[in-house]
Amino acid sequence: MAKTTSKKTLNWIGTYLVWIVATLVVIIPIYWMFIVSARSRVEMFGAPSLIQTTFFAENYTKPLLNPTFQRYMINSVIIATSNAVLVAVLALIATYALSRWRLPGADNIFFWTITNRMAPPAAFLLPLFLMYTRIFKFGEWTLFDTRLGLILLYCVFNLPFAIWLMKGIMDGIPKELDEAAMVDGAGTWSILLRIIAPLSAPGLAITAILSWVFAWNEYLFAASLTSVEARTITTGLAEFVTVTGTNWGEMAAVAMLALLPALLFLSFVQKYIVMGLTFGAVKE
Amino acid sequence: MKSNRLGWGFLSPTLIILAITGFLPFLYVVYIGFFDWNIFAAQKGLVYTGANNYRRLVFDADFLRSLWYTIKFTFWAVSSELILGFALAQLLTKDFPGKTFFRIIHALPLMIAPIAVGALWRLLVIPGFGPIWYVLEEWFGIEYRIGASTSQAFITTVLMDIWHWTPFVTLTMLAGLTSVPKDPVESAMVDGANQWQVYRYITIPMMMPIILTTVFIRIMDALRIVDEVYMLTGGGPGDATRYIGLHIFRVVFPKTDYGYGSATSLLTLYFTIVFCWLLFVAISTSQKNS
Repeated sequence: MAKTTSKKTLNWIGTYLVWIVATLVVIIPIYWMFIVSARSRVEMFGAPSLIQTTFFAENYTKPLLNPTFQRYMINSVIIATSNAVLVAVLALIATYALSRWRLPGADNIFFWTITNRMAPPAAFLLPLFLMYTRIFKFGEWTLFDTRLGLILLYCVFNLPFAIWLMKGIMDGIPKELDEAAMVDGAGTWSILLRIIAPLSAPGLAITAILSWVFAWNEYLFAASLTSVEARTITTGLAEFVTVTGTNWGEMAAVAMLALLPALLFLSFVQKYIVMGLTFGAVKE
Repeated sequence: MKSNRLGWGFLSPTLIILAITGFLPFLYVVYIGFFDWNIFAAQKGLVYTGANNYRRLVFDADFLRSLWYTIKFTFWAVSSELILGFALAQLLTKDFPGKTFFRIIHALPLMIAPIAVGALWRLLVIPGFGPIWYVLEEWFGIEYRIGASTSQAFITTVLMDIWHWTPFVTLTMLAGLTSVPKDPVESAMVDGANQWQVYRYITIPMMMPIILTTVFIRIMDALRIVDEVYMLTGGGPGDATRYIGLHIFRVVFPKTDYGYGSATSLLTLYFTIVFCWLLFVAISTSQKNS
């Protein structure tokens, strides 16, 4: 009896040790970046110390007061928010149609939406750039370097998982509710707005948050399909490496701002990240 | 009773947007791949050259090298993540106080912008004050310069990917482990099977669909890595970490050689699809077997 208890205790200690190490491996790099963002150039070099008592606010205030960087931040917020709203609305009505109508070929459409997500984005840089600069051109105006261009484009990444996630939720809402409402004389639109939308609200919120984070995080297309007006915070962060190069404190501060949404939203959506990243193929 | 027209109406905005931003570029890249098109060339506009771009491509040493680096990177990163993720998930199957906390923190890297992951790692390895640089240099006397040593740069990109994506594997493996029914495991234990045999003959075969799905998604994502590596090494030193996505982004795209660029993009897409298709076949056969 005593033997098994001691074995159990050992197991426990082992599990905790491994998980404490795993947690430190995740946290220390982020903590280190925070520390660097709080240090002036002079404090940075020498033996790395994990203790920091002063806060060099200039690393944060300098980019935050810079009008160019402010524009990047505002662009990122507008693009991510519009994309999240658009994706949530489109996924709501699309899965409503997929779940409540027997449309011919609907299953194929369902699978086709995911294939959009599988393609390597770099392969689409060039055609999208050419389309945005040459095909979507109305007089002087092109889709290139506009927020609209990025908002529409991010739907390609976000709609597939949004549709997977919402399809499951939509199928879970009993059809009897629709039918009862229909007997009472409600039309399709009022069923959608009064019954379906409120019942799927939690799923919609998760869809919107994940879309928001993915859109906020995107870099490759934001860097290639914008030049001045519609640049985002991630492109701003990359510019630190190529342009100023050595101002690590400011770069760390901007990177901290870029990963803030991840920290804020983590506890809300951590259960659904896997579903979001596997297009619903793996559920927890 | 309900008209199909309304159903299509609800579906059409999604289809239109995906067609414009997802499908149209694909057709366009196929089309341009058959032409010579360089806006700074003597003759402006498209000149039909047949499969010439592709002929050039299969002898393009830069492209082939980049493809090889990508495959090497994908292999090391994904296999390490699988082993680590499986081991960590195993430790999460039992309940213990603080489990939820560990799990939430563990998922954090998945939410961080890839470009910020690159910045994070760059701060760890900068010669002069990065902690990883300091420990290797001062404690172990290893000269560590990712700007000069190709093998160190390669290993660092692999480690970064492991840091970033192991949590994803842990969480999917956990989903797999918890879905394995307990009865066969218990009866095997009663029959005297040891832990290793249980894994070999029960747990892993039953988890095969989830393992393969995870591998599938991880390989797809590793093959198209750009942001993190761009931030960490910029593809260097030389072209040692210029993986295929980065190759298109930094070398092919900035040149105005659109026809050749399209051919490169399409061939990359083709390799990815073939790779994924092979994996997909493996997944469906394993599902049939189980």
